[in-house]
Amino acid sequence: MSDTASAGRILEVQGLSARYGHVEALRPVDLYVGNGELVAVLGPNGAGKSTLMRALMGLVPTQGRVHFRGSEVPRHNPAAAAAMGLVLVPEGRGIFGPMTVADNLELGAYLLKRDKAELARRHERVLSLFPRLQERRAQVAGSLSGGEQQMLAVGRALMSQPKMLLLDEPSLGLAPRITEEILEKLAVLNREGLSIMLVEQKAPLALKLARRVYVMSVGSIAAEIDPRTIKSHDELARFYLG
Amino acid sequence: MSSRASIWDEARRDPALLLWVLAAPLVLYVFITGGYLIAVLHFAAIYAIFVTGLNIFMGYAGQVSFGHNAFAAISGYTSAVLTAKHGWEPLAAAGLGLCGALACALIVGYPTLRLRGHYLAMATLAIGLIAYEVAVQWGSVTQGYMGISGIPPLGIGAWTVTSDRALLVLLIVLAALAVLAAAGIRRSRLGRAFVAIAGSEDAARALGIDVAHYKLIAFLISAFYAGIAGSLFVHAVGFVSPEVYGLHMVVLTFTMLYVGGIGTVAGPALGAMLIALLPETIRSLSDYQDLAYGAVLILILIYAPGGLASLSRLWPPRRCTGAA
Repeated sequence: MSDTASAGRILEVQGLSARYGHVEALRPVDLYVGNGELVAVLGPNGAGKSTLMRALMGLVPTQGRVHFRGSEVPRHNPAAAAAMGLVLVPEGRGIFGPMTVADNLELGAYLLKRDKAELARRHERVLSLFPRLQERRAQVAGSLSGGEQQMLAVGRALMSQPKMLLLDEPSLGLAPRITEEILEKLAVLNREGLSIMLVEQKAPLALKLARRVYVMSVGSIAAEIDPRTIKSHDELARFYLG
Repeated sequence: MSSRASIWDEARRDPALLLWVLAAPLVLYVFITGGYLIAVLHFAAIYAIFVTGLNIFMGYAGQVSFGHNAFAAISGYTSAVLTAKHGWEPLAAAGLGLCGALACALIVGYPTLRLRGHYLAMATLAIGLIAYEVAVQWGSVTQGYMGISGIPPLGIGAWTVTSDRALLVLLIVLAALAVLAAAGIRRSRLGRAFVAIAGSEDAARALGIDVAHYKLIAFLISAFYAGIAGSLFVHAVGFVSPEVYGLHMVVLTFTMLYVGGIGTVAGPALGAMLIALLPETIRSLSDYQDLAYGAVLILILIYAPGGLASLSRLWPPRRCTGAA
């Protein structure tokens, strides 16, 4: 798959589908993400956005192919996907409540093993991006506010030095001010060259950040749009509702 | 953060450590006065090893097992048969028993750990029941319900642990080592992976943690602890029968785990001591003994739902400083 790499695409997906038992939650989808691109995935509840993220990571049984940085991601092997640099910040954050913030961050660099100097460097970088985590470093993660937990979830993902971040509804349950703060950080990371795929219910926020948008409906991609061409909410609703 | 604050915070996080310090004089009193209570403390120390191991699988890694009594039984019966019937050295017999328990855990764990929640609980319960039935039915080796007696005490060569006090010291040292090892595991990369799996298997997978692999490791470590406890029991008592490792053991060890504080480092061992000693302290109530026993357990779980280790709520939290 060197063609895809040379074409400037970090992620290329062909015919990816996923089932939960007899229910086809994700119909075969094709999509791509360019190097350093921020792509948003929008769609109503039950459209298959979260399943798409889980399928990309191999957290659900899938059919189809996922190529990442020119290599095929092994099917149903999230550890391999993470080792390749594809990292998911799951819906609901998935932080480890009984552990301290510092331990959560350390787990983000789980694949690093025993390189303490590199671990410290990554800690430093994440804490400079989210200074609030620095203040809460010794605190149990379960006692953080929702916004802080989301910062921790993103920070933990960054500890693995991902080549691409998959973010599943980072604004879920957060106050607008906190959401904006987190999305601003994502914009900074994207400007530094990190590729991002963002699943978001709050369409206006995603449209502000993304370079391209996939709209999902009933388990498949209904449209691929350029956010700059969306002039009004009605126009966006047309994509949602078909 | 000063080292003094670290100790305080550590005690707050796991106050069972502090309660152990309070329990030490009681152990010393029993050691000096001797008598029947020494035998009770023998059981407490052996169960402390068992539940500390079970806590690694259930408390740290967040899995469920009703079948670890099977690993204690395999190790205990191997020790009993080889020493009482074939004249093996206790240490060598216990070593082989431990290998048998680990081999069984590996064979059983690989397929069953794909299951989750209630299904895993049912599968492990079946393992325990199968071990019990084998102990009953395989009479030519296990002597069935009659059990095996004349099992020699622990020892190496000519040196054997014959006095109750020496055995108590040995068992307490072994239990302390077991708790220290569990504390080391909890603080290690391995322990953090266990806790991550308990928190969210998907989130752990997404970080590159091989969940199936680590669940099996947690299962094997806890089976190792169960195997040690199983062998120690037969050499401490000198007798073994199927009842020793039956369903009663499952209920008892779960009570110790939850009363002490599942997921904490020293709580389960404290639970083992409390649950072993409790019937003795209320024995004077004669007919009402069971009622009092149940009432105490209910009160503990109402006022300390996280077990004795959750008693940290009794003193106010200390403000966390920024530094780790």
